[in-house]
Amino acid sequence: MGGKRKKSDEEPLAEEEQPQQKKRQVLPSLIKNKEKRSALHAKLKREKKLEKRKKTKARDAAEKRALELGEEPQPKKVPRTIENTREFDETVCKPDDEELFAANDDDEFSAILKRQRTPKILITTCRFNSSRGPAFISELLSVIPNAHYYKRGTYELKKIVDYAKKDDFTSLIVVHTNRREPDALLVIGLPDGPTAHFKLSKLVLRKDIKNHGNPTGHKPELVLTNFTTRLGHHIGRLIQSLFPQDPNFHGRRVVTFHNQRDFIFFRHHRYIFDTKESKPSDSKGKKMEGDKDDKISQERVVARLQECGPRFTLKLISLQHGTFDTKNGEFEWVHKPEMDTSRRRFFL
Amino acid sequence: MQHDEVIWQVIRHNHCSFMAKLTTGNFCRNPYNVTGICNRSSCPLANSRYATIRDHDGIFYLYMKTIERAHKPNDLWERVKLPRNYEKALEIIDKHLVYWPKFLVHKTKQRLTKMTQMRIRMRKLALKTREKIMTTPRKEKKRESRREEKAEKAAVLDKSIEKELLERLKKGVYGDIYNYPVKEYNKVLDMEGLQAASDEEEEMEPEIEYVEGYDELEEEEDMEDFGGPVIDESLKADGYGGMDEDDEDDEDMDTIHRKRRGLGSAKLEKDEMGRKLKKKARVLVEVEHEDTNERQKVVQ
Repeated sequence: MGGKRKKSDEEPLAEEEQPQQKKRQVLPSLIKNKEKRSALHAKLKREKKLEKRKKTKARDAAEKRALELGEEPQPKKVPRTIENTREFDETVCKPDDEELFAANDDDEFSAILKRQRTPKILITTCRFNSSRGPAFISELLSVIPNAHYYKRGTYELKKIVDYAKKDDFTSLIVVHTNRREPDALLVIGLPDGPTAHFKLSKLVLRKDIKNHGNPTGHKPELVLTNFTTRLGHHIGRLIQSLFPQDPNFHGRRVVTFHNQRDFIFFRHHRYIFDTKESKPSDSKGKKMEGDKDDKISQERVVARLQECGPRFTLKLISLQHGTFDTKNGEFEWVHKPEMDTSRRRFFL
Repeated sequence: MQHDEVIWQVIRHNHCSFMAKLTTGNFCRNPYNVTGICNRSSCPLANSRYATIRDHDGIFYLYMKTIERAHKPNDLWERVKLPRNYEKALEIIDKHLVYWPKFLVHKTKQRLTKMTQMRIRMRKLALKTREKIMTTPRKEKKRESRREEKAEKAAVLDKSIEKELLERLKKGVYGDIYNYPVKEYNKVLDMEGLQAASDEEEEMEPEIEYVEGYDELEEEEDMEDFGGPVIDESLKADGYGGMDEDDEDDEDMDTIHRKRRGLGSAKLEKDEMGRKLKKKARVLVEVEHEDTNERQKVVQ
């Protein structure tokens, strides 16, 4: 590959050079002798590294020079990421979507989100609960305000839904345990809210986090990031309906649900704002635009976080329109393995 | 000719493929066996006259074998459908096996009883919901965990949370709780000053919100706007109208209301109004309006 490119670059050169260059570009995979092959491969890698370093140096020098001269430095190139190259999805919410507002108005959460009902959560488990399950549930109770835990017994899930409706709960959370580890979360909105089935993984309890903080009883703030599509938006509202809509900022508690590539990461922090002094640097410091004074150090405002509470990841398996009913239910979205074939396609 | 005794000797003492030797006894796996035990009298191969009950799709059939048809293996077993009713089935069995040895009749009736009980129990269980265990292929599990790890690395969670919180602070969601980022206010003021002209034209307030941070859906305060942007606007207009007069009188108020913020929940505004009346503080009020000419009081 490299050989061909070089050839086309230097075509006008004399013919004698070309066979020589061709020889130089031997691929390591063509050599059958392992020692020679690995030596050649190592050499190629080293050369590549040197080239890269030279390029970075040149780039930095050019940028510095440009800034000194007062010109605009070259715009930095943006690296290609999976998020950059995500497949085009037509269900991505657009900012001025009237249909979205209308849908929001009459979806199942509008009552709660418009503060007509306060959220009241019922947490229960699957029939057999063991090991980390109870610990996780007690942590969930501390994270979500106004949550109550009831033991499962052997009630059918549909009966539990009826009972919760009678008692005026707004959502029902079922923690499912498999092999002594909680591994699925079923969030059912009531009275006839959607049922979201999440797969739970990477659960880290509070006691296993280093330097963890202890959450207070203040109502937490909610941060939901990266829910782009309509489905994601719906799920975002479902999660929002679990938490009270009037956070207490004095409590400085923040609960984050961050969606990245269809995995929803849950974090629970206590935060505080600090002013940090930083020396101004030529090109890159956080220079404030209006600041023309000649102080040596400038202050930045940063937020510092202390993690408290559990940490886990959720992945949506299915979203059903009504309450829990696997046989006759109407599924809005179901995960099928054939959806995983493309690495650039995400649904939330 | 049918020599049952010979057959039995051969089967039992040499090898019978239907026999299963368990710790508790010898059992017969032959589907036509009435009792299920490997016995001289229960072996369907070693008895030329035999009867049994078999079940197909929830219907019971009485199977009978006689020596007259021993040479026709295809038509060996005669099948009679038994009714659902237990007593009637018993009568039918009696009728068909009327001159047969008592042992067989008894065992057949026992088998019928057992099978009816089983049928009742299976039907009851099918009504109850039971958890069904689904398996995921290992390949998928591994793929999911790999993708999850990469997603976690791609989402620099701490940084993004901090960024989000800082943005909220800049927007003023926290109101007056944090007093010290004065420089931030100044900086934003200057920025706002430059952009104030363009801001006034923009009518669709909620739209700006979305454009700014829609990819990161900011919740809590913002979500109310989603529900009824028009309503909120009117509310805000009223609120501002009321506060306007206060502004003219009180020169030293705290809060900075920027149109751009557009987040103010009614409650938040009320809080700030309350605080306004109570506190006398350092930073100044700046109220920007669409309808009236903008008033900028920047006094430090």
